[in-house]
Amino acid sequence: MVAAEVKREQVFEWLANVPDPEIPVLSILDLGIVRDVDVSAGVTVTLTPTYSGCPATEVIESTVLMALRQHGVVDVAIKRVLSPPWTTDWITADGREKLRRYGIAPPSKEKPVACPQCESLDTECVSEFGSTACKAAWRCRECLEPFEYFKCL
Amino acid sequence: MSANQALIAYTLRLADNALILAQRMVELVAAEPELEEELANANFALDFIGQARMFYTYAGELEGQGRSEDDFAFMRDEREFGNLLLLEQPNGHFGDALVRQFLFEAFYLHLLEALMRCSDQRLCEIAARAIKEVKYHFRHSSHWLVRLGDGTELSHNRAQTSLDDAWRYTGEMFTADEIDTAMQENFDGPDLASIHELWRRDIATVVVEATLQLPDDQWMASGGKQGRHSEHLGFLLAEMQYLQRSFPGATW
Ligand SMILES: [Zn+2]
Repeated sequence: MVAAEVKREQVFEWLANVPDPEIPVLSILDLGIVRDVDVSAGVTVTLTPTYSGCPATEVIESTVLMALRQHGVVDVAIKRVLSPPWTTDWITADGREKLRRYGIAPPSKEKPVACPQCESLDTECVSEFGSTACKAAWRCRECLEPFEYFKCL
Repeated sequence: MSANQALIAYTLRLADNALILAQRMVELVAAEPELEEELANANFALDFIGQARMFYTYAGELEGQGRSEDDFAFMRDEREFGNLLLLEQPNGHFGDALVRQFLFEAFYLHLLEALMRCSDQRLCEIAARAIKEVKYHFRHSSHWLVRLGDGTELSHNRAQTSLDDAWRYTGEMFTADEIDTAMQENFDGPDLASIHELWRRDIATVVVEATLQLPDDQWMASGGKQGRHSEHLGFLLAEMQYLQRSFPGATW
């Protein structure tokens, strides 16, 4: 395929299948880290890192390259932008729903956080620090299940 | 020194601070007293490594000699590192390491805030990214200082000693040299005197809540920013740089 024939919407469709390596139920579109796709000269995908030290950044970039290559697009550039910094507000509504179904409470300005299993608000924070920088460990006092909470940033 | 040279030197200092502190934190991985701290420390260290990478990459671009983040981190000698002396000090016990984080993060927060308003766009962007993380780190180290200071007699006394011991390394954070001045004059960079006041105010609030005493200003060690380090940095670099020095260009 010649790069000029690639449509922007098409690239977005492909990117919708690129998972976040740490929370694979989320695509990088759900996560809100794809800032822009430009198809005017080759394909340029603009991404923003979630956290400075996010170990997934390189993995995501190479997965994007591979995904586009699989569709015959070889002229691909990845642009990394820092500003404005990513915030959890950019996780899409769809993404939040996927997180909940996966058992992770999505970021919420309101506390207490609702249990992703039984929706009870009778929950408590067990540890501010979870398995990755973006998650905290919580527990539901209703159904007694522990769960992870995606912290606001 | 041209404005660009000062900007490179300044950016490298920011990178070195983040990297050397991260390396000290990495030494604590699998050695924290409890699981929650284990996760916090490792994740915070990752944040600092990420910040170091952004600063090094930018310094390399400014320099235009093709040096990468890895070249800066692994192929420079002790005298070329411009990190603060405070950050290269050995971890000591939990309270020592915690106090080091606390004193630095209180300073770093205001430094980043000032950098977000400087006239160099890239530094503004990196600072805006980093400050979100450092706010959270400072909240964590503040909580711990209160827990230790307002804890048992033993933890109180130890935290006070940690604070007294670390104090002599805080002076150089606020002593402007020609690079700080050039940064301020050419790029609207941070004003260290006003940051000093904000820092004192912030740490005093926490120290009082922790029932501890703010140490009196005493003789202050300096030289880290100019590459004159304590004996500890050499050992730290020897461990950190070993692989890249033994097998230059190694990839995996
Ligand atoms: Zn529940």
